[in-house]
Amino acid sequence: MTHSIASPLAAAVADHPGFLSPTGVEIAFVLVGLATLGAAVITVTTRQLVHAALWLVVALGGLAVEYLLLTAEFIAWVQVLIYVGSIVVLLLFGLMLTRAPIGRSPDADSGNRWVALGVALAAAAALVWIVVDAFRTTWIDLEGPAQGSTAVTGAFLFRNWVLPFEALSVLLLAALVGAIVLSRKHDTDAAVRSAPDTAARRDQGRSKGEGPGKEGQS
Amino acid sequence: MHLAYPAVLAALLFCTGLYGVLARRNAILVLMSVELMLNAVNLNLVAFDVWLRDTLHSGQALTLFTIAIAAAEIGIGLAIVLAVYRNRGSSDIDRLRDTAETDEADAEIDAADAADAASVSADAQPHRRAEPAGKSTNAGTTTNAEATS
Repeated sequence: MTHSIASPLAAAVADHPGFLSPTGVEIAFVLVGLATLGAAVITVTTRQLVHAALWLVVALGGLAVEYLLLTAEFIAWVQVLIYVGSIVVLLLFGLMLTRAPIGRSPDADSGNRWVALGVALAAAAALVWIVVDAFRTTWIDLEGPAQGSTAVTGAFLFRNWVLPFEALSVLLLAALVGAIVLSRKHDTDAAVRSAPDTAARRDQGRSKGEGPGKEGQS
Repeated sequence: MHLAYPAVLAALLFCTGLYGVLARRNAILVLMSVELMLNAVNLNLVAFDVWLRDTLHSGQALTLFTIAIAAAEIGIGLAIVLAVYRNRGSSDIDRLRDTAETDEADAEIDAADAADAASVSADAQPHRRAEPAGKSTNAGTTTNAEATS
C-alpha cells in the first residue's frame, strides 16, 4: 500500500532536499516538538501533582502548534479549546477533589517504575526505528490551500461524516449522564459527608452495615 | 516537510504516555498519561491525512472524533476516580487490590467456600486480610454498589 501511494509522489520526492537542508517549517516543527516532548516527559516524571497538570498544558499547546504547522487549523483550535480549556481544568478539579498533596509527594511513582522505564524505552526504540526506516523517503507537501481550514473541515465533516458525528453526540450525552450518575451523592452519603475525615467516614459506613448484593460490584 | 518528523514525535509521545501509565501511582496522573497517548495518535492521524491528501479527510475527522471521545473518557474516568476516592479515601491504583488474585487468597476462598458457599461476603473477606479487620470493606463496597446501580 505504501508503495502504491508513494509512487505518484515520486516526482515530489525527487526535488526535495533531504535532512541536511531543512525548511523553515521543519525547523519550527522540530523545535516545538522538542518543547512538547520535554513538557510531556516532565508531566510523567514530576513529583508535584499539580505541576504535572500544568506541564500537560504546555505539551498539549505544543501539539496544537504542530497541528497548525501541518495546516490543520480547525483541529488546532479544537485542541486548544477542548484539551487545554476543559480537560486540563477537569483534571485540576479532580486533583483538588481527591485532595492531592500540594508540593512534592514522595510516592508519586509506583514500585515498578524501572520496569515501566524499560518497557517505554524498548517501545520507543522499536517504534522510532521502524517509523524512520519506513518513511525515510516520504515528504509531506504543504503547498497549496490549507487542508484543514474551517471551511474544508465543515465541508467534509457534514458531507461525508454526518452519521458518525451524530452518533458521537449520542455518545457524549451518554457520557454526561453516566458521569452524573456515577458522581451523584446518595442518602447514605449524606450522613457520611458531614464526617470530618475518611476514617470517620469508614466507621459510619461500617456501622450502618447495610447493603446486600455488594458482591457483584466489588 | 519530512514525514518522519511528526511520525517520530508521535512515537516518542506515545512511549512517554506509556511510561506514565505504567509508572504512575495516582489514578489522575494515569489519566493524564492516557491523554498523552491519545494525543500522539491524533498527531499521527493529522500528519498522515495531510500526507495522503485524502479527499474524505478521514484522518482529520477521526482526530475530531478521538478528541470528543477523549473528553467523554476523561469525564467518566474522573467520576469513577472520585467515587473510588469517596469510598476508599485513596486514589492510588496499587492500593486498590480488592480483586487481586493471589495464591493465599485463593486458598482462603476455597476454605470459605467450603464453610459457607452462599455467603456473599465470604470471598470478599480474604482479599482484605492484609488490613486489620477488613476495615472499610462494608463502607466501600456498599456505597459502591449503590452508586453504580
